[in-house]
Amino acid sequence: MKRAAFMALLSYWRRQPGQLVTLLLGLALATGLWSAVQAINDQARSSYALAAEQLGARSLATLTSATGAIPLKRYVTLRRAGWQVSPVLEGRVRLGNRWVTLMGVDFLSHPTASTMQEQQPELAPVDVLTPPGRLFAHPATVDALGPGKTPAPILRTDGLPIGIVLTDIATAERILGRAGQISRLLVLSDQPRDLPALSEIVPDLTLTAPQRETDISRLTDSFHMNLTAFGFLSFAVGLFIVHGTIGLAFEQRRGTIRTLRALGVPLAAISRLLLIELMGLALVSGALGLVMGYLVAASLLPDVSATLRGLYGAPVQGGLSLRPSWFVSGLGMAMVGALIAGGQGLGTLYRLPLLSAPGQQRWLGASLSQMPVMATAGAICIGLGGLGLWLFEGLLGGFALLAGLMLGAALLLPPMLAFVLGQIARRAKGVVGEWFWADLRSTLPGLSLALMALLLALATNIGVGTMVSSFRLTFTGWLDQRLAAELYVTAPKDDIAQDIEAWLIPRSDAVLPIRYGEGHILGQPVRVYGIADHPTYRNHWPLIDAQPDVWQRLGDGSGVLINEQLARRADLWPGARMTLTPELSAEVVGVYSDYGNPNGQAIVALPVLLAHFKGVANRQFGVRIPQARAADLADDLRQTFDLPASAVLDQSAIKARSLAVFEKTFVVTAALNVLTLGVASFAILTSLLTLWTLRLPQVAPIWALGMTRRKLAQLELLRSTALAALTAVLAVPLGLLLAWILLAVINVDAFGWRLPMYIFPWDWLLLTALASLAGAVAAALPAHRLRSTPPSDLLKVFSSES
Amino acid sequence: MLFLFGSAAQAQGFADLGSTAQGFAVPDRNTVLSFPRDHGAHPRFRIEWWYLTATLTGSDGQPYGVQWTLFRSALRPQDGTGWQTPQLWMGHAAVTSATEHHIAERMARGGIGQAGVIAAPFTAWIDDWAMIGDIGTGMDSLSLTARGTEFRYDLKLHADTPLVLQGERGYSVKSADGQASHYYSQPAFDVTGTLYLPDRDVQVTGQGWLDREWSSQPLSANQSGWDWFSLSFDSGARMMGFRLRDSGAGYTSATWIAPDGTTQSLPDGALQLTPLTSQKVQGRTIPTRWRVALPARQLDIVVDALNAQSWMETSFPYWEGPVSISGSHTGRGYLEMTGYD
Amino acid sequence: MLLRVQDVTKKYPGTGVTRPVLDGVSLQLNAGETLALTGESGSGKSTLLHLAGALDSFDSGEILLDGKALSRLDDTGRAALRRGPVALVFQQFNLISSLTVAQNLSFHARLGERFDPDWIARLTERLGLSEFVARYPEQLSGGQQQRVAIGRALALRPRLLLADEPTGNLDEIASDRVLDLMLELVGAAGTALFLVTHSTEIAARLDRHLHLRAGRIA
Repeated sequence: MKRAAFMALLSYWRRQPGQLVTLLLGLALATGLWSAVQAINDQARSSYALAAEQLGARSLATLTSATGAIPLKRYVTLRRAGWQVSPVLEGRVRLGNRWVTLMGVDFLSHPTASTMQEQQPELAPVDVLTPPGRLFAHPATVDALGPGKTPAPILRTDGLPIGIVLTDIATAERILGRAGQISRLLVLSDQPRDLPALSEIVPDLTLTAPQRETDISRLTDSFHMNLTAFGFLSFAVGLFIVHGTIGLAFEQRRGTIRTLRALGVPLAAISRLLLIELMGLALVSGALGLVMGYLVAASLLPDVSATLRGLYGAPVQGGLSLRPSWFVSGLGMAMVGALIAGGQGLGTLYRLPLLSAPGQQRWLGASLSQMPVMATAGAICIGLGGLGLWLFEGLLGGFALLAGLMLGAALLLPPMLAFVLGQIARRAKGVVGEWFWADLRSTLPGLSLALMALLLALATNIGVGTMVSSFRLTFTGWLDQRLAAELYVTAPKDDIAQDIEAWLIPRSDAVLPIRYGEGHILGQPVRVYGIADHPTYRNHWPLIDAQPDVWQRLGDGSGVLINEQLARRADLWPGARMTLTPELSAEVVGVYSDYGNPNGQAIVALPVLLAHFKGVANRQFGVRIPQARAADLADDLRQTFDLPASAVLDQSAIKARSLAVFEKTFVVTAALNVLTLGVASFAILTSLLTLWTLRLPQVAPIWALGMTRRKLAQLELLRSTALAALTAVLAVPLGLLLAWILLAVINVDAFGWRLPMYIFPWDWLLLTALASLAGAVAAALPAHRLRSTPPSDLLKVFSSES
Repeated sequence: MLFLFGSAAQAQGFADLGSTAQGFAVPDRNTVLSFPRDHGAHPRFRIEWWYLTATLTGSDGQPYGVQWTLFRSALRPQDGTGWQTPQLWMGHAAVTSATEHHIAERMARGGIGQAGVIAAPFTAWIDDWAMIGDIGTGMDSLSLTARGTEFRYDLKLHADTPLVLQGERGYSVKSADGQASHYYSQPAFDVTGTLYLPDRDVQVTGQGWLDREWSSQPLSANQSGWDWFSLSFDSGARMMGFRLRDSGAGYTSATWIAPDGTTQSLPDGALQLTPLTSQKVQGRTIPTRWRVALPARQLDIVVDALNAQSWMETSFPYWEGPVSISGSHTGRGYLEMTGYD
Repeated sequence: MLLRVQDVTKKYPGTGVTRPVLDGVSLQLNAGETLALTGESGSGKSTLLHLAGALDSFDSGEILLDGKALSRLDDTGRAALRRGPVALVFQQFNLISSLTVAQNLSFHARLGERFDPDWIARLTERLGLSEFVARYPEQLSGGQQQRVAIGRALALRPRLLLADEPTGNLDEIASDRVLDLMLELVGAAGTALFLVTHSTEIAARLDRHLHLRAGRIA
């Protein structure tokens, strides 16, 4: 009996293949976008975790020196006092084609480095610990270096982050030319009992507690939250599609269900069968969605990893590896989604009296009378979002505000549209217009979910688009200011650098050394630059806040400039005093913007830098020269000193490179934007198709009263277009609000800088047009169907023999 | 850093002793040991140790054992300064009672001052662990300290008897093929001091035994490990004996030390070692009760571990712990067993 | 002659049965005349009414409405007829749910550009709908809704009113009232009435009465 009943229920889909496709596709789309985002996030997060674990840095406290380098004897002092610490010497070095971070650790005491060696069983300790030593790097890093010679044999190891080259500290100090220096000491987890206090032994070193999260994860959180938000949005939009279709399928099978019940199949059994059917459909579309998700993720991942590497320096591997949990969660989302979408239908069915006639039940969305409730709920959501911003610190607060705002705005949309349409209908001239607007208003409940989806997609589009464009404008302007010198030169060694400098001075307007030391402020690494007193800086440096005598104060050594990130993080603004090293404190005289850099930075006069920091390399210069002569000078310089092409860069090359990194950053965002908008249009289409059977009784009388099908079809098209356009108009302010939150709240927390907001009205116009087009396209099929409906079908509406 | 010391030990011998000399100095039968020079390090030899064990009795009446060992391992037969040195150092420390066994390990590179040995005034250290001789006393008066996560000890050691040169005037043969080491001992320290244990501090007194040995290739290729005994009898006599295990009967050696310090070296085969009881220790089967017989000295005793679980879970693991003696002689001592995998 | 149906045959495609729904039906209706059409379920009486209202096409024969041959009209021409000389009242009222009663009453007249506020005001009053004009259809009873439907149709001042079981969904009292009003107003406006019903009692109140059986006039 059950089998027969099941077959009877399932036969519906054979007669409605279109609905079946919509249902499967909708759920697959939802699962697909969600899974894609999950796959990308998983991949990135596991890469960070791998990197952090393998470098053993995650769970350990560190000791650092304000001067940047810790002398070897401080390490020995600590060891002789019983403290179990492990030294790390880190520096940038050019190997083959690339600059890489060379990380020298003591293979005897580092908590995890020896695993590198154990992966290469033929390697003996003597190879690693005595000259020439061995370098360890991820295969991708090794490939990027190219075939050139390295100072020591380089070995491929999967267990290292990309861009890091690991070696024994003895090898590192030889390659870096920094004998006896240590960048930081890791305080190992296992310490002996009864130790003297660190402050007694090494009062000059700063202890930084172990960071529960790595810097990388803190920085990239916002990026991943963005992706996750997009994933959820897509999922929600997909559910809108499915909700309509499942509801319709239940509604249209009420006759069958009534018959089955009359024939003695218990309601509980029917419900179970429907549930099984729903889960079956969810499994099929979930599997389809996983395939789609994999494809989307695989095509986006290269850009994502480029972004994360470029903007945050976070290592992400380019290949996608999928974990079982990903499959389970993807299928789970499909099931949960199908349940949410079908739950209402199932519930209605369960409460249905046996002999109720199939009527025009409003099973879709809220009725017009519920609009005030929705409006109130929407306002409450927005209020809660605001409360969230006030309650939670940092990113979480920003995202609480965003979530509240978006959800609230979605809930507010139907009441607002109802109000607007009511106003228009009241003012409408002509009987057709009057009917059109009133009718539009009455169809709102059925379309409201799809319109909410469209609103969210559009607002996100405007918000993210405004942020990206603002960022781009600001960033290009800032690059122009910041890259004031015509040529940038990097010498392989200090002594060659001196020769280059001597050679350049008579041939250029000015040679500006770029020199820095590494310091720590608030436990974060801070690069301290020393600059020469030169008008180039006065005229170009992008200060966002400064005292009037900023350059004079910087020049005489009493002032320091810091970047915006550091200013916001440490709440240091012009007038405040800050300590760079125990011996060096100065007044903050200016704050400059420094986009694309996750770390804090400070600028002092060059003599001040040299007086307080030891071992400051002198290998980089900016060269001022009339632009026309720059290319020739660069060629000359390369030839004279046999420098590789990349050692002498002109301004435009650096700008191009920076902008390329920037553009990559937002490729993913743009792609997700388009996908979400597409899904939202699809939601409108399915809603309209779903509403079709409810639509005929509305339209047929108008036809009977003397309006042609052609005219009615045109009005159908216009109806959807008008709703989409109205939604787009309402999405503009929401999108701008979103952009403002992204720029003024989220960015400040995530990156440490605040961007000015620029307005792009043409983009909104374009987007409104696009949304209208989406509405028209979505209505095209139903309109065409209406136009070609035979009169006999329309007449069925009036049939007295129902 | 398992690989530094342990790779060869795993396969065939202890502490990288198995392979050929490869440019390292080789022990010479004709070398005359000279002090205090030879208290210091011999960087041209591959491997060397300063090995102290002590059998102690606490103020609580309980027996305790203490180990303090500094190993030196050279990657190349040369010295050097800074990180570039090929000289590596490793320290092991342990405190053992009938129910507890606490251990700690340290690693360091020579050349930077983190670890090393100076002959006079005698100083051997790694991190904050140290064995320091009073000025002008050679190794007769020592302060000893070490510390781990759970324990710490501070001991004073004093000996009145002369150093014992093992084997032939300090040239100790380790196999029938002629592998050998330079080996001397001070078996008769009086020890006093304090053990700091997780739940209590214990005043202790007792006997200490120091072994000094350096070599470049003391193990034969087919030797897999050793069983080494240092025994102090209530009669005042002492015995050092070991067996290097191989596929056959093995190679044994023993030194009998009379109460007055005079020694007698006994050849291969004189010492008879018979495992009586084995126990599961860290997944391995290890003999913790032995019959030790030296017919030439009418010695026939049973040696029993104070704590069968005296496992040194270090980079290269081994068994080392205090033992009690019963049978023809009574007394206490230390047992070390390596190569039971 | 307002309506002339000549030998009309109508088949529904896809039914497969060779017997047509209407099989050579002919009838005539003069201006101001009232005609009742009765018949069994499936006898084709609603179909005939729909054909007369230019709502559907037929296979052979001809229908002349107000002098126009329906077979020659396209969609637009037929729609124009429905906004002019012909108006319809359905069993299920089929009011426009999104419009108020007042808007519903004037809708058809305005669509046909025959809007006469005075006439609508009189109709509204006569139909007893004055107090409901601001309401929406779903807020009215069945009888009230049908009165609105009749008002909507007559507001157009059609020459022919087609009614398909106009009282089929009403109880007896409401049914009588609606029929009374319809006949009264039709008479007052000089509109011809072509009414489909299954009730011989109702049929008896009209000028003429035809019976349809299996697609033929009996």
